[in-house]
Amino acid sequence: MTQVYQGEINFRRFLDEQGTPVAELPIWASQPEILQSYYRNMVLARQLDTKIIALQRTGQMGTYPSMLGAEAIDAVSGGLMLPEDVLVPYYRNHLLQIIRGAEILDVLNYWGGDERGNASSGYGEDFPNAVPIATQSLHATGVATAFKIRGEKRVAVSFCGDGATSKGDFLEALNVAGAWQLPVVFFVNNNQWAISVPRSIQCGAETLAQKGLAAGIRSEQVDGNDVIAIHEAMADALKHARDGKGATMIEAISYRLSDHTTADDATRYRHNDELKAAWQKEPVKRLQNYLAANGWWDEIQEQAWLNEVQQIIQAQVDTYLAMDTQPVESMFDYLYAEVPKALQEQRASASIKAMTGGSHHE
Amino acid sequence: MSNETHNVTMVEAINLALMSEMQKDESVIILGEDVGTNGGVFRATVDLRETFGIKRVLDTPLAENMIAGLSIGMATQGLRPVAEIQFMGFIFPTMEQLICHAARIRNRTRGRLSCPLVIRAPFGGGIHAPEHHSESTEALLSHIPGIRVVIPSSPARAYGLLLAAIRNPDPVVFLEPKRIYRLSAQPVEDNGQALPLDTCFTLREGKDITLVSWGAMIKETLEAADALKQQNIECEVIDVACMNPLDHDTILSSVAKTGRCIVIHEAPKSCAVGAEISATIAERALLSLKAPVQRVTGYDTVMPYYKLEQQYMPNTADILAAVQTTLEFS
Ligand SMILES: Cc1ncc(C[n+]2csc(CCOP(=O)(O)OP(=O)(O)O)c2C)c(N)n1
Repeated sequence: MTQVYQGEINFRRFLDEQGTPVAELPIWASQPEILQSYYRNMVLARQLDTKIIALQRTGQMGTYPSMLGAEAIDAVSGGLMLPEDVLVPYYRNHLLQIIRGAEILDVLNYWGGDERGNASSGYGEDFPNAVPIATQSLHATGVATAFKIRGEKRVAVSFCGDGATSKGDFLEALNVAGAWQLPVVFFVNNNQWAISVPRSIQCGAETLAQKGLAAGIRSEQVDGNDVIAIHEAMADALKHARDGKGATMIEAISYRLSDHTTADDATRYRHNDELKAAWQKEPVKRLQNYLAANGWWDEIQEQAWLNEVQQIIQAQVDTYLAMDTQPVESMFDYLYAEVPKALQEQRASASIKAMTGGSHHE
Repeated sequence: MSNETHNVTMVEAINLALMSEMQKDESVIILGEDVGTNGGVFRATVDLRETFGIKRVLDTPLAENMIAGLSIGMATQGLRPVAEIQFMGFIFPTMEQLICHAARIRNRTRGRLSCPLVIRAPFGGGIHAPEHHSESTEALLSHIPGIRVVIPSSPARAYGLLLAAIRNPDPVVFLEPKRIYRLSAQPVEDNGQALPLDTCFTLREGKDITLVSWGAMIKETLEAADALKQQNIECEVIDVACMNPLDHDTILSSVAKTGRCIVIHEAPKSCAVGAEISATIAERALLSLKAPVQRVTGYDTVMPYYKLEQQYMPNTADILAAVQTTLEFS
């Protein structure tokens, strides 16, 4: 018998749980600017998250998936992707969308049940959120195929959770990306839970990253709470794709520190001890420690940034709360390039119905 | 099964039926995303894991097509899988398995194999949910020969119909109108008695007009019937309950009596189950009609995000207006 294949998955980490370096750091990390900008965005994410949950609890926002614990993933990816790359997000990438040009207001509108949250030109060619799990992985391969056909040095970057890696769509996406060497990055936020289902029940393999090996694509694991590790993995993956060498799968080991969404109650299925332990590893404090240890961030900067962020967020929230609902005709106006004749009648009835005392039926 | 009477909401009645049938029949297996430890995202399967253990209540990986295909395999082996698809918007990955396999196994094997599975899924709008959580696509499923599509409209109906669905030897898609999951409670006796499938339920008798609906819209339909009663207009209210196969007889004999009919549903108007009912009436009861059949439905649009969902969904006033038009027709 001869062995015809042996796979290997590496795990990258530079900062330990306290933010102390545990490996030789890349050169860029010896300068404060990039890390400070990551930190600022992560703090913004955390404040925004808290604010949106408060809005939801007071009936001013719909069901919302928190980004608590995933800040590093978005901050770094947002910092490294180029404007011409295409983001194919999942429903937890609010910060990444904002870094790439969406307004906070767009995020508020989207989760507030208003389609205008998807309409902003700030999104560029980025995809809207995909609610059905893993379906977006295949869109990313389509986008990447278009780049490849046109010879463009652009990259499609797609995000999903650990649960999503169980779905056919995800595996099919890996497969075609491997077969065609597509310029795509599959970033898996392995936050250990898919609602109440733990990672162990999702899949029997030791790592999720090894699913990429079966498809013949570069695959690795990173510490998803360590911005430096994510930066290195993402930068390599983007370069690999841009150089025409094909796809990468990154499995980031993180932890969903919140409930799955505001409609969920994680205490039903998750031990508090586990959550407490996860807080010891969380990304924001870890980076703050590292910055502070180097003299790159202090309490004064922290307070100043917190104040600024809160003002930015509050201004957007005020605008959100003051917005009128979109007109009912908007249901019809974007369904087809032109409202078909058969729908014009329904559009007219809807307008009438929306008037005070109106009715659905004429 | 305890023969006790419980005052339960619809979602609790579903839980009661599952509990009751699992007690009675060891081959009933629950599976799906979050159905075990979490008891389902709507809590329809709560306490089942504690009662029946991990071999009968399976938290699966996140893959609906897998859940459907797995259930088919289990069902052919004499198990009775009751799978939960978390929201009907995520039932689409199962369609290949349902259409190509579940619906055909009996026919394909000339009766050698059967596929007694149930797929449960909450559906419909009105709870401020995100995209893909609020649509009513019952017509898509009803179009598949070989699959039953059952929709309860009250706790008691949910209990009895779910028992029937589980005991049925063929695949049943059991759609649960989540807007009325917790709307109100009603006494339900846990007597293990199934309700008949493939039949409509006449909720209210009347001679002036037939109102046909199902699921959550039964609420508005009954409200309209109450309001009309004040004006001495007597509505016959029919709860279709089983979309496929459709019980034409109940509807046709009602229309023969009243001569007027309105079909009410939340789903878009075109090619919906309402269209099927209207066409059947036109085909088989034209001469008893005193006015054209009217449909009160959602629009032929994407279900909007929640800020506009009330504008999308038909309401009681819409039904009343349609009744007016129908009665005034000459
Ligand atoms: C196809 C499909 N099935 C079910 C759902 C309901 N649902 C929403 S999120 C979720 C869990 C996803 O977990 P994971 O992929 O690990 O991402 P996470 O939310 O943990 O970041 C489920 C089951 C869905 N949105 N789409």
